[in-house]
Amino acid sequence: MRGYWAIFSARFRTLLQYRAAALAGLGTQIFWGWVRVMVFYAFYQSSLAAQPMTYEQVVSYIWLGQATLLILLVGVDNDIVAMIRSGTVAYEMLRPMDVYSLWYARAAAARVAPVLMRAVPMFILAGLFFGLQPPASFAAGCLWAVATAASVLLASALGTLMTVTMLWTIAGDGIVRITYSAVFIFSGSIIPLPMFPAWMQPLLNFLPFRGMADIPFRLYTGNIPASEGVIVIAHQLAWTIFLVICGRWFIARGARRLVVQGG
Amino acid sequence: MSLIRVENLVKTFSVAERAAGLWGAFKGLAYRRHRTVRALDGVSFTIDPGELVGYIGPNGAGKSTTVKTLSGILVPDSGRCEVLGRTPWKDRIANARDIGVVFGQRTQLWWDLPAIESFDLLRDIYRVPRTDYIATRDQLIERLDLGSFLDVPVRQLSLGQRMRCDLAASLLHRPRLLYLDEPTIGLDAVSKLAVRDFVRSMNRERQLTVILTTHDMDDIEALCNRVMVINEGRILSDGTLEDLRKTVTTERWLTVDLLDETTNISDPDAQVIGRDGARVTLRFDPERIPAAALISRITAQYAVRDLFVENPPIEQIIARIYAEQKR
Repeated sequence: MRGYWAIFSARFRTLLQYRAAALAGLGTQIFWGWVRVMVFYAFYQSSLAAQPMTYEQVVSYIWLGQATLLILLVGVDNDIVAMIRSGTVAYEMLRPMDVYSLWYARAAAARVAPVLMRAVPMFILAGLFFGLQPPASFAAGCLWAVATAASVLLASALGTLMTVTMLWTIAGDGIVRITYSAVFIFSGSIIPLPMFPAWMQPLLNFLPFRGMADIPFRLYTGNIPASEGVIVIAHQLAWTIFLVICGRWFIARGARRLVVQGG
Repeated sequence: MSLIRVENLVKTFSVAERAAGLWGAFKGLAYRRHRTVRALDGVSFTIDPGELVGYIGPNGAGKSTTVKTLSGILVPDSGRCEVLGRTPWKDRIANARDIGVVFGQRTQLWWDLPAIESFDLLRDIYRVPRTDYIATRDQLIERLDLGSFLDVPVRQLSLGQRMRCDLAASLLHRPRLLYLDEPTIGLDAVSKLAVRDFVRSMNRERQLTVILTTHDMDDIEALCNRVMVINEGRILSDGTLEDLRKTVTTERWLTVDLLDETTNISDPDAQVIGRDGARVTLRFDPERIPAAALISRITAQYAVRDLFVENPPIEQIIARIYAEQKR
């Protein structure tokens, strides 16, 4: 365990060096967050029908999404993809480590580091100026924290699985792009999931993607009551376990068929 | 008891082939012909503790396939292999703890971190107890003279500095077996000597078993008392360097830089095999004429600016071994 933790922390420290990128990203995300808030403001002003979320909940949902966007927006691990392309990926197996866990630790660090750098200033700015409300209750705040941690685990499992698939499709950016479009839409990062048509709700509730954004945000705003917290977090963890098993299975198969370059 | 025992190892790769050109690319969509490449074709050898073995062969001969099999990365099609009593690919993680690896072409240090932080990371990865780690690390830092650039990110190090850090990194967990893959490639003369010196002393003082693959015959001459030659997946020769040379040829090469480009050299006991401007390469048999005698005869006869004696390049020796095997 200590070795994987060491990998995580080394990667984390490396990524913390990208401060300029974080600052630029912060600016972009505030701008987009503000645009989305305006769209929903117009929508709520003109709509007479009862909506599944209050306007205040939607605003908080949007800002939480902007603050933790990079949990789900980070794609495959480019360093590993480069190693797969050059054939040096085999040398990952020279360490006395489990390769899946090693890559998972890197994937987790790649999500936590940029999010932490952006989330804190984003919370302060959005809370002061842009209408981000505090959590609905103390319990809601705690559940949100747990669900956010679970969303990192889930997104890392998906990211690692995507990276592993690159062992087969060296130029397989396609499958990765499709997956990330699905993540983007079905996690609630564009439109909060409760606003989707009713007939889609069972599907959205089943898919893993809501665990990366929608679940923590709705726990925070109280749109999912704290009493249901355990169930939705279990949903996140169940999908995490499933994706980890898939990733492990693929990597075991992939390692066997590695064509290693060089003599 | 031998440290490594390899018996009749076979590993094949299937390589997809397609015909050249646009039409070939279309045909490749419909069906692909697969060609089987035998990277290892019945390789057997044993290595005892404390040996320093040179493992040579041209590109694509099967060197790194062997090393990858010994490290547990590749699973062979057939054959047996034991490293320290374990089958590497069945027990990869335990095996990895006992071996150290250095690649000349590629660092295993973290590019963005100072070397010292990579060392700390490796301690965690290999789970080395703290006191052992500090003792080993400080010893390696001193032996390799790393002190002045330990805090510099690895990407800013010179190749020679990086290679010395890589050597230290590979030995922090006190492995019993070290694979060196072209450790002196691209290094300047001083760094090459430092690397060789260090490898030799580790081998002698700590009884570290070393397998060295290289294209630099000087590495082999400086370090190895045993050389294995592999080509096209088969071990062609296994023995001391002297034996290897003698089985192939005793010839040596004398390269002469003349003062005058137009002079022609001829000598009854040597044969001109190359000419490049004022530089002439002669082949001679030291059993027929000692190098000193030949040199004094040449320098007496011709206006010579510089000259040196060398062994025929490794590729020549291997090419000849291979040609003999074929016959």
